[in-house]
Amino acid sequence: MSGHPEALRAENIVKRFGQVTALEGVSISMRQGEILGILGDNGAGKSTLMKIITGFQPPTSGRLIIGGQEVALRSVDHARELGIECVYQDLALVGGLSIYHNLFLNREITYKGPFRLLNNEAMRQAAIERLGEIGVNIPSVDLEVERLSGGQRQAIAVARAVGGASRILLLDEPLAAMGAREAGAIIDLILRLKQRGDLAIAMIMHNYAQTLDIADRIILMQRGRITYEKESAATSVQELMDIVRREYRAMRAA
Amino acid sequence: MAETADASAAVGGAGLSARQVQIRSIIQAAGMLPVLVLLCIGFHYLTGGRFFTPQNISIVAQQASINTVLASGMTFVILTGGIDLSVGSILAISAMVALLASLVPAVGLIGVPAGLLTGLLFGGANGALIAFANLPPFIVTLGSLTAVRGLARLVGNDTTIFNPDLPFAFIGNGSLPLAVISIPWLVVIAALVIVISWFILRRTVLGTWIYAVGGNPAAARLSGIKVWAVLLFVYAASGLMAGLGGVMAAARLFAANGLQLGQAYELDAIAAVILGGTSFVGGIGSIWGTLIGALIIAALTNGLVLLGVSDIWQFIIKGLVIIGAVGLDRFRLQGGART
Repeated sequence: MSGHPEALRAENIVKRFGQVTALEGVSISMRQGEILGILGDNGAGKSTLMKIITGFQPPTSGRLIIGGQEVALRSVDHARELGIECVYQDLALVGGLSIYHNLFLNREITYKGPFRLLNNEAMRQAAIERLGEIGVNIPSVDLEVERLSGGQRQAIAVARAVGGASRILLLDEPLAAMGAREAGAIIDLILRLKQRGDLAIAMIMHNYAQTLDIADRIILMQRGRITYEKESAATSVQELMDIVRREYRAMRAA
Repeated sequence: MAETADASAAVGGAGLSARQVQIRSIIQAAGMLPVLVLLCIGFHYLTGGRFFTPQNISIVAQQASINTVLASGMTFVILTGGIDLSVGSILAISAMVALLASLVPAVGLIGVPAGLLTGLLFGGANGALIAFANLPPFIVTLGSLTAVRGLARLVGNDTTIFNPDLPFAFIGNGSLPLAVISIPWLVVIAALVIVISWFILRRTVLGTWIYAVGGNPAAARLSGIKVWAVLLFVYAASGLMAGLGGVMAAARLFAANGLQLGQAYELDAIAAVILGGTSFVGGIGSIWGTLIGALIIAALTNGLVLLGVSDIWQFIIKGLVIIGAVGLDRFRLQGGART
């Protein structure tokens, strides 16, 4: 997989919240057309790492290199301008708004002029096209999001993230609490996005078997550090389980 | 976690055709309209045909106008998941300021902008405390409910301010002649406020953000929406509407009293919004619902007066109707995904 161009590199990222150190020098690399699976227990620092890459909070120290350039992300908007998009675990959708308003949340298509008037028709058309492109079937983009199933919502959230000029896609637990069929549809969607070839994808996951199936490379985070990294083809559920088992036995013994 | 609830609550919509979606949204938009219509027809028969007369309809519309204006501002606030308890007090001080300014010789018309500005100022102060100091809206506006009431008494030395030659009295008593009918200015203003509110909520980016902040504050923040700006706007707008209500009340009465004017108006405004189907936790609702809610309250008051019901019983009946109507609404929507 090293043949793919690097989309993002994080070097020695440290994040402290007062006395608590959430990340103790984490380095990762994301490549175009590659899926990186991030595993780890609650509190291992996965979500903190993701929030730093999306510009939601700055690291205490460390470097971010995006598309070959070192950058200090100022905000979510800034990260988004650089093509970094995230699908959060709670999906960050607004139930009372229509699908197409959600797809364009804070990126609304407006008419020219000082008042930022919504061009609803343009957004509706663009939403239909975008969902069609990535193969998501929804009866009407006028539906309010609160009427959709969990899987449909996930698909909408992913569709929002990959619209426009996104090059780096972060997915936080994309298969959480989903039935087998819905999870299958989302996995298909993620693999289709990988096929595009220009997108670097990172997923935070819990299920080892699913992660090994989808991801090209896997990292394991424990207590704010990366303790393991391998190509998925070179590892197994058994090996990952052994590492984690050793870890929690050590913690219990201590 | 939220995900679990989402996945298990996979209801409606999924298997619906576009046409079914349309029908459902029409039913939803109609909301409490049937209640209003039934109420009006009921009063018409009970009063022996005295309700649906042009004169009485005009009275109902005028009685509804100030509350409609307040409730429009309140709709913005409640859509963000907040509450504004201070609108009655802000209305009182705005009316006082408007009247005091109207007493200035020759330029008495400045009473109108003075009243509006007063409302905007206090609304903005509420908004700043909520958006920047991160204080709960209930607490902030509960505080200003009391404090601004005191200020309203203070600016007039706790007396009633009169201006029998009020330069903007036409707002409260004049009408806009249109072909065969003439529409009271109070009603014209309320209608304009409703239309402008609808436009902001449904046709501007700001409107989408208001729904987003109330519907999912975390989503709003994560997508980069300036939540503080939205909060500042809604409370300032509510204050401005209270200021406008103050000008309307002053124009109608030629007088204002800091102690009495606008007492408990905030409760009627909140009732109108809730009757209109706007969710108390934010994110769901419409300005048309609020208009219908305000009309229900006005029709109820008017009908009970026509029937000669004592005002003690008016209170009791109004309270019960509000609870009953909202209960009915919940029952009606149980088929949908709304919880």
